[in-house]
Amino acid sequence: MPVWNIIQAVNDALRIEMRRDPRVVVLGEDVGKFGGVFRATNGLFDEFGPDRVFDTPLAEAGIIGAAIGMALYGLKPVPEIQFADFIYPAFDQIVNELAKFRYRSGGQYPAPVVIRTPYGGGIRGGHYHSQSPEAYFVHTPGLKVVIPSNPYDAKGLLLSAIRGEDPVIFMEPKRIYRAAKGEVPEGDYTVPLGQAKIVREGSQVTVLCYGAMVHTVVEAVEKVAAEGFDPEIVDLRTLLPLDSETVLASVRKTGRAVIAYEAPKTCGYGAELSALICEKALMHLEAPIARVAGFDTPFPYSLENEYMPSPDRVAKAIRDTASF
Amino acid sequence: MLVSARPPADDSLFSLLDDDGQVRPGSRVPEVSDELARKLYRGMLQVRVVDERMMRLQRQGRLGFYMLSIGEEATHFAAAALRPADWIFPSYREPGAAFWRGYSMTDYVNQLFGNAEDPVKGRQMPVHHSARWLNYVSISSPVGTQIPQAVGMAWAAKISKKDDVALVYFGEGTSSTGQFHVGMNFAGVFKAPCIFFCRNNGWAISTDQKHQTAARSFAVKALAYGFPGVRVDGNDLLAILAVMEDAVARARAGEGPTLIEAVTYRRSGHSSSDDPSVYRDPNEPKEWERRDPIDRWKRYLGTRGLYSEALEEQYRKEINDEVSDALAHAEQVAPPAVETMFDDVFAELTPELEEQKRYLLSFPRYVNPHGGS
Repeated sequence: MPVWNIIQAVNDALRIEMRRDPRVVVLGEDVGKFGGVFRATNGLFDEFGPDRVFDTPLAEAGIIGAAIGMALYGLKPVPEIQFADFIYPAFDQIVNELAKFRYRSGGQYPAPVVIRTPYGGGIRGGHYHSQSPEAYFVHTPGLKVVIPSNPYDAKGLLLSAIRGEDPVIFMEPKRIYRAAKGEVPEGDYTVPLGQAKIVREGSQVTVLCYGAMVHTVVEAVEKVAAEGFDPEIVDLRTLLPLDSETVLASVRKTGRAVIAYEAPKTCGYGAELSALICEKALMHLEAPIARVAGFDTPFPYSLENEYMPSPDRVAKAIRDTASF
Repeated sequence: MLVSARPPADDSLFSLLDDDGQVRPGSRVPEVSDELARKLYRGMLQVRVVDERMMRLQRQGRLGFYMLSIGEEATHFAAAALRPADWIFPSYREPGAAFWRGYSMTDYVNQLFGNAEDPVKGRQMPVHHSARWLNYVSISSPVGTQIPQAVGMAWAAKISKKDDVALVYFGEGTSSTGQFHVGMNFAGVFKAPCIFFCRNNGWAISTDQKHQTAARSFAVKALAYGFPGVRVDGNDLLAILAVMEDAVARARAGEGPTLIEAVTYRRSGHSSSDDPSVYRDPNEPKEWERRDPIDRWKRYLGTRGLYSEALEEQYRKEINDEVSDALAHAEQVAPPAVETMFDDVFAELTPELEEQKRYLLSFPRYVNPHGGS
């Protein structure tokens, strides 16, 4: 089995699905001959040609608006937004159009568009190459939100997303695009949306995380495990639909929860997780829920390492929560 | 070719019929059979009659909201130049295009009432129709969002090696949006078979057209995107059909998009919630009554020996009866079942939606203390 990084896994998923389904097309800025600024669409233009892989003018509202029109006509567009920070010009098309098309037409017009976009900090990208805007999309009825943390999941989740009938925001953790490596089956397989994964079983405290933050959490857990703590790590993989059964079962077992996410803390996805646990598992809790998140500031350039939840901050939250 | 022969910067107004319905001398007119000419007349008359009836209903408090097309009916029938397989991306003021495709009065009225038989299941305000079986795409209230979508559909047809074209309607106010620019630009770059139909009715709610652009016209904007733009008299259906025929031929031949600016006038308010007397000279709409598109077409039919008062009366009676029947029916139909609220958010209910649905259904149905549902 080859050992690939996330870019290679995404690229392979796109190639597999484009070979399997002639309706799948890829569009976006620099995704054609160049193969994308992160190389995720590398080689697709050469294999599938300009009618299935196209560079667009620099306008995100156009990329998503056109993708919607293509989906209505029967194609399966997989647009790329070069950085999640650039997605806001397309916000109206995503939030008011893509998310609502099926609903507002009384089920007549599904719009199965899968938007791929790299997100997150830790690459010295400043405000506009580092944001984690997942909460906006989870908050919008009609969108599924998927964030893989490793190559195996990236490929399997992307194939599921493209084969589904709903719009999906597929956010790729760019900090670990190349750093996260793992064995990836070469052929076709899927990872279903809505299933979390227990990365490490433990008895003492549940650590909920997704995307790049999974790796920060693993690092933190290695530290505290050496000190005798026994945390359980849950990689959510899909934020909507959420595998709340797995989350709640874990919290009911451990009685404690730490939530790690790199978006600004207030109203971030961790707030929803925290509310869910309070609503459904409060009487199992033996400690307050801890959130380790980005701060409520714009994403800072020079101080990004201080801004991002570090293994040390996660480790402290685990120790504090486990010892409460 | 009317469209391609004209330099895009030409801001003259193309017209074939004068106000008396006479074909201007020396004009090359599109072929309109007797049957088609009468059908178009009936179509425009239908929009007018339906509008008058629905507005009365709205004023009686039996309908929540309505939008009128009075004086702009000819623009709806640009759609008559299309094939049924072509797609229409409407804004909220082209019901005639839906009727032309076969949208029934029953569907129309059920949508306005948002009842259990509404094709969009009571999910949207009145006048936001959607008829996939007619390639009449779901309507959005934020203006201009349909423009890049139409371009995407047209582009998809092109790469699918089909010769379907897209017709996208919008008002002159919408030309100020980023979506207009983005859509026009994409269409120009990809030579998408898309017809941009800008219904310049002079007013965007209370904002007159001079506040939308400093350009000489709206049609001239096509120049910047590398394809033709043409200004046509929007109250002259014959001229609209002529420029549409050319635009459709260009699109099907792979020559790319066309922008059509149809100059007309919004004689009524923006919607049933609007009061134009606050912001414009009441004589202005009166001036445009003289140039009414339906009257003009009626006179044109007269010149061809196709009009009679008896025919008009027959049409009016048929349409009024259809409206009465549809209303009588729609008012009897219940609101959508509560559990349908959760359908169609996704292809299947998520666990979160399943749970919320169970929760809502555990309550008795909400009863509006002020009446109604």
